[in-house]
Amino acid sequence: MKLLDSLRFRIATLFRRSQMNAEVEEELRSHIQHRADDLERSGFARPEAERRARLEFGGHVRFKEACNDALGSNFIETLIQDVRFGLRMLRKSPGFTAVAVGTLALGIGANALVFSVMNALILRPLNVPDAQSLYAIERRASFLDPSQSYPDYLDLRDRNRSFDSLAAFSIAQAGLDTGENASTAWAEEVSGNYFDALSIQPYLGRFFHGSDEHGPNSAPYVVLAYAYWHVHFQDDPKVVGRTVGVNKHPFTILGVAPLGFHGTLLFGSPDFFVPMVNQEQVEGSNFLNARGNRWVFMVMGHLKPGVTPAQAIADLNSIGAYFGKNYPKDDGQITFTLARPSLYGDYLGRPIRAFVTALMLLAGLILLAACANLGSLFAARAADRAREIALRLALGSSRLRILRQLFTEALLLSLMGGTVGLWGSVMLLGWLRSWQPVPRYPMNLPLDPDVHVYVVALLLALASGFLFGAVPVKQILRTDPYQIVKSGSIATVGRRITVRDFLLAVQIAICAVLVTSSMVAVRGLARSLHSNFGFEPRNAMLVDTDLNMSGYSGDAVPAMQKRMIDAVGTIPGVTSVGLIDWPPLHEAWNSTNVFTDQTADLRPSNAAAEVVVYSISPEYFRAAGTMLLAGRSISWTDDKNSPRVAVVNREFARRLFGSATNAMGNYYKRRDGTRIQVVGITEDGKYTNLTEDPYPAMFLSILQFPMSEMHMVVRSNADPQHLAAAIKSELRELDAGLPFFLETWNEKLNSALFASRVATVSLGVLGVLGAMLSITGIFGMAAYSVSKRKRELGIRIALGAQRKEVLQAALGRAFKLLAFGSSAGLLLGILASRVLASIVYQATPRDPLVLAGVVLAMLLLGLLATWIPARRALSVDPSILMREE
Amino acid sequence: MTDQAQLLPGTLDLLILRAVSLGPLHGYGVLLRIGQISGKALLIEQGALYPGLFRLVRQGLLRASWGTSENNRRAKFYELTAAGRKRLREETESWNRLATAIGAALAVQPEEV
Repeated sequence: MKLLDSLRFRIATLFRRSQMNAEVEEELRSHIQHRADDLERSGFARPEAERRARLEFGGHVRFKEACNDALGSNFIETLIQDVRFGLRMLRKSPGFTAVAVGTLALGIGANALVFSVMNALILRPLNVPDAQSLYAIERRASFLDPSQSYPDYLDLRDRNRSFDSLAAFSIAQAGLDTGENASTAWAEEVSGNYFDALSIQPYLGRFFHGSDEHGPNSAPYVVLAYAYWHVHFQDDPKVVGRTVGVNKHPFTILGVAPLGFHGTLLFGSPDFFVPMVNQEQVEGSNFLNARGNRWVFMVMGHLKPGVTPAQAIADLNSIGAYFGKNYPKDDGQITFTLARPSLYGDYLGRPIRAFVTALMLLAGLILLAACANLGSLFAARAADRAREIALRLALGSSRLRILRQLFTEALLLSLMGGTVGLWGSVMLLGWLRSWQPVPRYPMNLPLDPDVHVYVVALLLALASGFLFGAVPVKQILRTDPYQIVKSGSIATVGRRITVRDFLLAVQIAICAVLVTSSMVAVRGLARSLHSNFGFEPRNAMLVDTDLNMSGYSGDAVPAMQKRMIDAVGTIPGVTSVGLIDWPPLHEAWNSTNVFTDQTADLRPSNAAAEVVVYSISPEYFRAAGTMLLAGRSISWTDDKNSPRVAVVNREFARRLFGSATNAMGNYYKRRDGTRIQVVGITEDGKYTNLTEDPYPAMFLSILQFPMSEMHMVVRSNADPQHLAAAIKSELRELDAGLPFFLETWNEKLNSALFASRVATVSLGVLGVLGAMLSITGIFGMAAYSVSKRKRELGIRIALGAQRKEVLQAALGRAFKLLAFGSSAGLLLGILASRVLASIVYQATPRDPLVLAGVVLAMLLLGLLATWIPARRALSVDPSILMREE
Repeated sequence: MTDQAQLLPGTLDLLILRAVSLGPLHGYGVLLRIGQISGKALLIEQGALYPGLFRLVRQGLLRASWGTSENNRRAKFYELTAAGRKRLREETESWNRLATAIGAALAVQPEEV
C-alpha cells in the first residue's frame, strides 16, 4: 500500500509539477504576508513591513528548491538533466564517443542483421494460412530427401489417413509466349489440389482444382504469380481467360495468385503455376508413370486436426512398407519423416538452421566482447573522471545519483550505437534482398526487418548499455572523495593477471583465428579458380538452350542440335563446339545407379556405384578441354540403331572394373538393364562441387540418350563479347523463336564457387569485426593503464626515463597480451583451417603468405590500438602533473 | 546562538509535529506556535520551515489543506494524521529518554564516579 501511495504521489507530482510550483510559491508568499501583517501591527508602515518580512524570510529561491526536493525528486526532470549532462560529457570527448558508438554499432548491427535473417528464414512462419500444421514429407535415404516420384505421390495422397489433402509441386523452366515476346519463365508445376490444400484464395479470376485433372495434358491452365502479372501484364484484370503459349502449347490464364504468395519455398519466386499433369507440355517429357524418377520437388499438406506428427509418420511408414513390398526395384523399403516445407524440408533446412544459429551465436559473442571492451573503456573514463566524481561526492551528491548519471551516459551511447547499427543492418538487408547470387535462378529472400527485429535491437542496445555501464560501478562505490581530492587517483599498479586481461587475450586469440581463417579462405578461393576441374573453363562460352521450349520434339531435337553445332562452328575463331546436357559443376546433375554386367537382380542395394550421368555430343571433350586417357570419344555413328556405348572417367573404371585397362571394351548395366560398353576413359574431374572426392562419371551419346535441354560449349580465343554477339546472330538465323542463355564458363562457375565465396566473405566480415573489437579492447586496456598510471609515468619522465622506457611501462602489458593472444590464435586458426577445407577448395594454412599476412595484420592492429594511449603516455608533462596533484 | 540546538537532526520535525498537534496551523502559525511553546528560546530560520513541512506531508504524518487565516488571507493549514500522532508519541518518548540520559550523564559529579 505504502509503495503504491508513494508511486501515486510521484506520478501525481510529475504531472502537477507546475501547479505544485505555483502552490509552493503561493504558500511562501502567504507566509510573508502574515509576517508583514504582524510587523504592521507592531507599528511599521506596510511597505516597510513587507520589506522586513522578506528579509527575515531569507533566500527565497533556495528554500523553494529545498521544498521541491522535499516533495520528492522528479524522475523525468532528473533524467533530462542527466541526458543533457551526458551529452555534454560525450561531446567533450569525441574520440571516446566515436569509438564506443562505432563498436556498439558493429556489435548491435551484426546482431540485428543475423537476427533478421534468422527471423526471416527460421522464426517467421510461411506466408500461408495455418502454417503451423503444414508439413512436407521427406524420405529417409542416405540423406533426407523431400523429392518423390509422381506415382508415389498419388499413392501417398490416396492412402494416407493423416493429412487433409496432400499437394505436390515441382519447378521447371518454360517458354511463355504472352503474345509479344516469347521469353523463358519459371513455372511451378503443381498438383491440381495445390491451392485448395494450401487454402490460398485467388487475387483475380479462379484457380484450378483437383477435379480439373483428367490424365496427361488434360489441364492446360495457367495461374500467374502477382509479381509476374504486375510486370508483364501491367495489372491488367482482363488477362483472365486469355490464351498464352507455354512452349507453344495453348494454355488459358485462369487467375492471379495473391500478392505475397511465392509458393511454399521461402526463397522461391515462380512466375506462374501450371498443373503437374501437363508435365509433357511444360518440360518436353513426361514422367507421370515413372515410379523410379523422383522429379516431384516436394509433397506436403496440412495435418488433420488432432493428428500428431509422430502418428502421421507412422501412417506414412506403413505406406512406405507397402511401397517396399510392391515396388522393390523403384522404391525399396523406405521410411518417411516430416519437415517444414519452407526451406526445402530438412535437406536445406538443417544446414541453414545450423549455419544461422552458429552465426547468431557468433554475433552474440561479438556483442559480448564489444561490451567487455566498452566496459574497460568506461572504467578508464571513470578513472579519468575520478576527480570530478570525488568533487561531486564531496559536495553532497549521492553515489546513487552519480551511478545513475554514468548509466545514463552508457545507455545514451548504446542507443546511439544501436541506432547506427540498426540503420546499417537495414541497408545491408536491402542489399541482400536484391542480391541474386545465381543470376539464372531468380530468388526472393523475404528479409524485410519487421517489428521483432526492431524490438530485439532495442533490447540488445539497452542490455549492452547496462552491461558495460556496470563495469565501473564497483570503482565508484569504492571512491573515497577525501583520498582522491587530496592525492589524485590512487595508482594501484596491478601486477596480477585479472579476468579482464584474460578476456582480452581470448578476444585477441579469436580475432587472430578469424584473421587466419579468412586469409586461408581467400588464398584457397584464389587458388581454386586456377585448379584442375577436369575441364578448362577459360576461353569457353556456354549456351544454355532448351529445344522443347520452341516446339522441337522427337527426332527433330538431335537434328536441330547438329545444325546448331555446325552453325556455331563456322564462326571465325571458334575451335570446337560440343554439347552436354548439364555441364559439370552445374547447380543440378543427374545421377543414377549402375550395376556390374554379372548382376541379375537390379535393386538399388545391389548397385555397384552411384554415378553422375552426362549426355554429350562427340566433340564435347575437345570443346571442354577434358583429356581422353584411353580409347575414343563418342562418335556421330553411336546413334539410336547402334549398340549403347559410354566414355567413363577413371574413378568409374576403378570402381566397376578395378582399373582403366580392365574397363576398356567391357560392359556394365544401367538400372533399366541396358548393357553399355565402355569405349573410352577420361580424366577425373569435379562434377557436383569443388571439394568432392573423386566421383565416378559416365558420358553417354546424345543420340542414344537424347535430351532437349542442352548446354553448348563453344571454345574460342575470341573476345567473349564479340563471340556472344556472333553466337546470338547465328542462332537467331537458325530459329528466331529459340530462347537461350549465354555466359562464359567462368561466370557459370561463380555459382559453383558460391559456398566458398559465402564462407570467405562471412569469414572476412567476421575477421574485420574481430579486428575492430580487438582494437577497441586493446585501446581500452591501454588507455586505462595509462590514465591510472599517469602520475607514475610523470615521475619516471621527471627522473629522466627515455621514451622507450615510458612506453614499456605504460603499454608493456598490452603488448604482452597481444603477442600471447595472437600466437594462440594463429595456432588455433591453423587447426581450424582443416574444417574450412571442406567448404573452400584447397584451403591450407601452410602457406608463408598467410602466416606473414596474419603476423602483419596483428602487428598493425596492435599499433593502431595503442597509438593514442602511447601518445598520451609520452605527452605526460611532469610539471603540470605535479602542480595538479 | 540558542537556535543552534535546532540543527540537531530531526528536532525541527519533532517541533513541527508537536506544534501542529495542538490544533491545525498554517506555516506562519507553526512558526509562532513553536516560538510560543518554547518560550521564545528557539528561533527558526523562517524559510527552513517549509521543506520540513513538505517532507512531513510526503511521509504522511501531516495533512494539508487550503483555507482562510485569522487575517483573512489564503493559507495552507496543516494538521496531524493518525500516523503523525503515533510518530509524535514515539519521538517524544525517545527524545525524553535521550534527554534524561544525557542530563544524567552531564549531572554526574566527579565524586560520584
